[in-house]
Amino acid sequence: MEKFTKVTGVAAPLMRQNVDTDLVIRIERLVSNTGREGLGPYCFEQIRFKADGTENPDCVFNQAPYRGAPIILSADNFGCGSSREGAVWALAGMGVKAVIAPSYGDIFFNNCFQNGVLPVKLPLEEVERLAEETRASPGNARVTVDLENCQVVSPTGRIIPFEVDARRQHALLNGLDDIAQTMTHKDAIAAWQGADKSARPWVWL
Amino acid sequence: MAKTLFDKIWDSHVITDLGNGFVLLHIDRLLLHDLSGARALQEATEKGYAPAQPRLIYGTPDHAISTAPGRTEKTFPPGEPLIRGMRASTKQHGIRLFDIGQDGNGIVHVIGPELGLTLPGTTLICGDSHTCTHGGMGALAFGVGSSELVHALATQTMVQRKPRRFRVSFEGAIPAGVTPKDMILHLIGDVGTAAGTGHAVEYAGSAIRGLPVEGRLTICNLSIEMGARTGMVAPDDTTFAYLHGRDYAPKDALWDRALAHWRTLPSDADAEFDREHTIDMSRVAPQITWGTSPEHVIAVDRLIPDPASGPEDKRAAWTAALQYQGLEPGKPIEGTRVDWVFIGSCTNSRLSDLRAAAAIAKGRRTAPHVHAWIVPGSERVKREAEAEGLDRIFTEAGFEWREPGCSMCIASNGERVPPGQRSVSTSNRNFVGRQGPGARTHLASPAMAAAAAIRGAITDVRKL
Repeated sequence: MEKFTKVTGVAAPLMRQNVDTDLVIRIERLVSNTGREGLGPYCFEQIRFKADGTENPDCVFNQAPYRGAPIILSADNFGCGSSREGAVWALAGMGVKAVIAPSYGDIFFNNCFQNGVLPVKLPLEEVERLAEETRASPGNARVTVDLENCQVVSPTGRIIPFEVDARRQHALLNGLDDIAQTMTHKDAIAAWQGADKSARPWVWL
Repeated sequence: MAKTLFDKIWDSHVITDLGNGFVLLHIDRLLLHDLSGARALQEATEKGYAPAQPRLIYGTPDHAISTAPGRTEKTFPPGEPLIRGMRASTKQHGIRLFDIGQDGNGIVHVIGPELGLTLPGTTLICGDSHTCTHGGMGALAFGVGSSELVHALATQTMVQRKPRRFRVSFEGAIPAGVTPKDMILHLIGDVGTAAGTGHAVEYAGSAIRGLPVEGRLTICNLSIEMGARTGMVAPDDTTFAYLHGRDYAPKDALWDRALAHWRTLPSDADAEFDREHTIDMSRVAPQITWGTSPEHVIAVDRLIPDPASGPEDKRAAWTAALQYQGLEPGKPIEGTRVDWVFIGSCTNSRLSDLRAAAAIAKGRRTAPHVHAWIVPGSERVKREAEAEGLDRIFTEAGFEWREPGCSMCIASNGERVPPGQRSVSTSNRNFVGRQGPGARTHLASPAMAAAAAIRGAITDVRKL
């Protein structure tokens, strides 16, 4: 698994609710592109590009200070909808390392941790303040997301703590392979399955 | 201690406690489809892992295949390598694949219950957010991403945090014209698309108890659209009657043993939930979405909402949604002209859905400007519908009768609503571009969708 420790950079404000994973990556891109790489150009294509394929200048990701920003600021329920992990691969492909939002779709949230992208939960007022500080100094404002110390540093230097599951923090900081970790429990898995075959034989086809 | 249905299934599947709130959970069933499933199988193999329990894993192509009559895997060329890859990898690992045209093939969330692969009290996952559908059988079922699916293939387990418990009770008699789709859309309109985040929902109450299994599956299907990890309905005699005799359901003495176990699953009378919500069924009318999120939903006889009078934090989203949808606030939604009607998807493509649509279509004609598609959820649904003549009712009324698959719900097989055109769809998502770039989607029940096809406009099915 990809590691994540700390990122410092521009934060692009995409301050809307319910950014769904269909918006992040269209499904047909995952039909024709079967790897995890190469999805960056299609990330948010429905808002980054007009119908004729040219860039939409109104889209935050096409505006000079925010192009290639490693951090996205957004509102409630980011990554809702489809379970497609391609949404995280597309974000990573566009250079995004962290998202800061008040809440996330559960499946997207889990998928982030599998790919070294950190979803930080902060109250909406904090995210809005980060967006304001960024907009106040476009091109110069930098946000730091520090997983080791569980804190965000705002463009004006304010330190905002955030919470993350200790297990996920440890796995992300160390880039641990979760299958290898689970395999250390293989005796317990076999024992559970042996007992279940007696208790619920109808489950075991 | 008193336990909920969810607690009972969860607790009995914990292999070991990993600390910090995480457990290693056993997964009883893995379902694979041609996008996420085929890819995960390939990834697992590349990483050097073989599927741990191939007999607990089942596959079906549904996303990247054409639904045109007489289709093969070649009809939609971009999907062909996925289907061929899935055939090869499932064969290599001894995984049962329900291939195109075979009995058992269909949308993954239709075939699980249909074949009796989905059983009460089991844990089931699939690389698809609508896996929560299977909760209608009294299973604990949820969607996962590719990496988690690879993990489950390799270990037959998942590392999970226990969600909180949320009970939604639908109480009272179901009014005329109201279907399970209307019940769940009404709920999402009531509580919003993020209300279920971090929760496992149990649907309860007299209206749920009275529903047939297929209606419960529709309700559970949209659990993800309220953000819930999963949705479930306690198994009861309705569930058991549905399951009895199905292909993979237990038989004879094993059936009796299973049944005794399943009867212990419903939530204890004094079990506690972290959150409760009640819907008074007398307030529920046929629903239609107006915007670009499933929470943008109203009763069909209401006016299109005005962002200016909406909640302050929703105004920007409502304005953008109305602009995308090409709708004016304050006007009736009824009468809005429709170009496409899509009846299908893992939400509403089962035999009872097709019967409900056929009851509206029978003896009528679709409006000349409307393209109306019927896409059965599975090969078996298609055959059963044809055996009772539903296909003829539809084709005589001007609908197109197609092959099973996900089709225009997700448009991953090239079947799209063209840009700027308006569709009434029985599917589950009205997101921007979901049915194709620039497509405008209105979610509704099969009966409402059929009525829209007949009138050529959004129609209150109660008036037809």
